[in-house]
Amino acid sequence: MVLGGGFAGATCARMLRRTDPLFAVTLVEANPTFTACPFSNAVIAGLRDISAQRFGYDALRGEGVAVAQDQATTVNPQVRRVTLRGGSTLDYDRLVLAPGIAIRWDALPGYDEAAAATMPHAWLAGEQTMLLRSQLEAMPEGGTVVISAPANPFRCPPGPYERASLIAWYLKKAKPRAKLIMLDAKESFSKQRLFESAWQLLYPELIEWVSLSSGGKVTSVDAKTRTFVTDFAAYKADVANVIPPQRAGKIAEIAGVADTTGWCPIDPVTFESRLQPNIHVIGDAAIAGAMPKSAFAANAQAKVCALAVARLLHDETPSPPKLINTCYSLVAPDYGISIAGVYHPVNGQLADVEGAGGVSPLETSPDFRAREASYAEAWFRTVTAETFG
Amino acid sequence: MTPSRRAISFPTGALVLTIIAGGADATQPPAGATSCSGCHSTSVKVETPVPPIGRRDAADIVAAMQGFRSGERPSTVMGRIVKGFSDDEIRAIAAWLATQQ
Repeated sequence: MVLGGGFAGATCARMLRRTDPLFAVTLVEANPTFTACPFSNAVIAGLRDISAQRFGYDALRGEGVAVAQDQATTVNPQVRRVTLRGGSTLDYDRLVLAPGIAIRWDALPGYDEAAAATMPHAWLAGEQTMLLRSQLEAMPEGGTVVISAPANPFRCPPGPYERASLIAWYLKKAKPRAKLIMLDAKESFSKQRLFESAWQLLYPELIEWVSLSSGGKVTSVDAKTRTFVTDFAAYKADVANVIPPQRAGKIAEIAGVADTTGWCPIDPVTFESRLQPNIHVIGDAAIAGAMPKSAFAANAQAKVCALAVARLLHDETPSPPKLINTCYSLVAPDYGISIAGVYHPVNGQLADVEGAGGVSPLETSPDFRAREASYAEAWFRTVTAETFG
Repeated sequence: MTPSRRAISFPTGALVLTIIAGGADATQPPAGATSCSGCHSTSVKVETPVPPIGRRDAADIVAAMQGFRSGERPSTVMGRIVKGFSDDEIRAIAAWLATQQ
């Protein structure tokens, strides 16, 4: 049984069926349609329609996955039983949890669920994505956009900076006197030198990034006035995007697979929970060592996990895996940058393979940047076809 | 009475013995191989600028990967990725990819 129909869960359910057609696989997912986060920053910038982000589960059904449009409310690891909100109970041999993230509404004073209606996070795609887009469109010329980015770990390490880049692209085009301020709880960020060098080239004077030590950590927000408060100053925004602290999706806590950090420790070969037997955790919810919380990683982990689960159910030993991650970011529609990594189990954790991976070159041709932008778009089409198509 | 259903059920009896007696799956993907399809489409329905890698000669794939790894063959991201694999691992991945429809 798989709980959660995003990049990790849907891929895993599908691969379990392909690995052994005799497996009865049920995928439990509350939403009838999945709205993808990768490239949602392009929707926010007006470059892409939200319809390009939506995917259904018919192909999974066609391959024999029983898709239950429902939500798990309880998990009993001792008797291996899941209860659904709709009332039914399902027994499992192996359970795969892929619940993604939950926003921590208790972590940032002033930022509760009501606040997200005026200061969207748009860190779960769908309505929030469109809300942020419409706020940007309605913003007066010369206005200020403020984005706050959380401390590690969080979903999609380069994501806030891609968002800043593409919003800057939109502002430069449509509201050239506007400004964008980023308030960061961190001292550094993913692909930082690449982003900053591109910002200097493409959006000079438009983006101001405030690091942790420069007073970037937001200590509270006021949704009525769209104000971000730090130890040094208060920033009143015309458009406010709070990317708040996160944790694993709620079902992980209910199942007892989340630790005190709110995320789920796992075995790096099988993705089995270190806290509960017969439950595997993949995707953003998992503590996957050096692997980032990305859709590429979720899809890669799902395939390895499916093979491991199949081996375990056949009383065989899963082989030590290697996994790849590649995160593409668009700094502009024709300017892409990437960070890649190769991972393997070392001392009970997924660690970087030494000498492998890294970021795009700091100095290169516009053609290289354009090619990476096209590969980013290609990855999205390929991975969503593999997962949902 | 709430309905109860066995999920990921494992068949019993003679069918089990048949599966186990079949031995190791000859098409078990080697380490790293399943990550490739994130970017390299395995579906004929998806056309992208990223080259497809199924249905290709294993020797061609090995040559390409070694070229990327050494830098002799220019790439945007493949060089960085292939540095994570040994020659044996590359050969195993290439051999497996060649068996994929």
